[in-house]
Amino acid sequence: MDKIEKHQQQPGFFKEVVRRSGVNIGLCWHCKCCSAGCPFAEAMDYLPNQALRMVQLDLKEEILKSSCIWICVGCHTCSVECPQAIDMSAVMDTLRQMAMEEGFPLGQPNILNFHKEVVNSIYRHGRTHKLEIMMRYKLGRREFFSDMDVGISMLSKRKLDLMPSRVEQPAEIRKLFTEDMEDVP
Amino acid sequence: MNTSQSFDISYFPGCSMATTALENNRSLHTFCGQHNIKLVELPDWNCCGSSSAHSINHHLAKWLPTRNLSLAPPGRPLMAACPSCYLRLKLTHMELSQNSAFREQYERKWGRSFDPDLRIIPFFELLSDMADAGYFSDQKGRLKGLKVVPYYGCMLSRPPVMRHEKNFHGLMEKMLSIMGAEVLHWNHSARCCGTYLSVTRADIATRSVAKILDGAEAARAECIVTACAMCHMNLEIRSKLPGKTPIFHFSELLSLSMGIGSGMGWFRRHLTDPRPLLRARRLIA
Repeated sequence: MDKIEKHQQQPGFFKEVVRRSGVNIGLCWHCKCCSAGCPFAEAMDYLPNQALRMVQLDLKEEILKSSCIWICVGCHTCSVECPQAIDMSAVMDTLRQMAMEEGFPLGQPNILNFHKEVVNSIYRHGRTHKLEIMMRYKLGRREFFSDMDVGISMLSKRKLDLMPSRVEQPAEIRKLFTEDMEDVP
Repeated sequence: MNTSQSFDISYFPGCSMATTALENNRSLHTFCGQHNIKLVELPDWNCCGSSSAHSINHHLAKWLPTRNLSLAPPGRPLMAACPSCYLRLKLTHMELSQNSAFREQYERKWGRSFDPDLRIIPFFELLSDMADAGYFSDQKGRLKGLKVVPYYGCMLSRPPVMRHEKNFHGLMEKMLSIMGAEVLHWNHSARCCGTYLSVTRADIATRSVAKILDGAEAARAECIVTACAMCHMNLEIRSKLPGKTPIFHFSELLSLSMGIGSGMGWFRRHLTDPRPLLRARRLIA
């Protein structure tokens, strides 16, 4: 991003991200240790510190549409490097959830679909069932044949259980999905 | 901790250990059992929420781990085998300890009182305590000559609120040396394996895993040892199959160092067969 126009800035966005993530993003002075250490920086459209800069500048739409907030897996490598102890993973979680709420076109919709399949699996079984997650994710993408070799190797080594491992009290887990408990900040 | 005493630990296996990485689970039980430490599975444990819940659903990320904490029996530590599950459980316990309103909701919700003294430990903490208590003083150096690089992935990286918690840099190196292995230096021991990018963006994960495997080869390692079941899977499935460098779970090498491993069925579950290497080193029959 070379030049920022006034109309791109959405006042209040920075404060909202700070409030929801509980992370004072204003502390970032852009030493770029996070971006230098990030194992997936080369696959991102914006580097981790650039993402923080965009939040600092209230560039809401640009950052919420980006792919970097979805490529970040929350490995915390950046937080270990950060001299200001910024919890990048918490910021990225907040940005992903805001992107979903705002309804902007997502930078990596497939990654969201994967997360949804994992969460659905937890809803059904209380635990994740890898084979089911993979099948549903691949079917959703109509990618019937990608990774067939990996899937077959894993099945032949009995690394993908056909039946899920389940909790005995699934109702206790499902209730977490439907309740609207007042959230503690 | 006393080397002759037997004791029980509550054990949270997590979804990977219960299924994909069964060989990791079994070798961990074997290793602990040999030392008279019984891992008692947490009754009716549920998924900690993993990366997906905290990525897209704050409410679930916050509450899924709480049920597990509420199920832990008092008076014994709760050990998580998976570094990522450990983080989720520990962070939730820390938040509950500091936030009385959250604590009240928790007690209302699960009908059980919050245990501020519940000790939540990663497997590495148990291992470190065991080493300090002199558990491994009788090691026979069975892994002698095995050229290995330890891979921690992201397990040593934690969010800033955990900066003052114990950390275990170098524990695998220390243990492997005690066991007689030749530990090699390399540059990729803490490079994240990519977790779910392996499914959603295989292109990125494959590039990343290739760097890790090339790094091990450049260090002239015969094998890699991982401390996390997810890392193990990613390094195996995103290498060119069949891979050249066998990848072990740390619990497998710990068991092998006690002379256990032959006929246990752990190694045939690997995608890159480690048995030729183990036979060559006379570690299995």
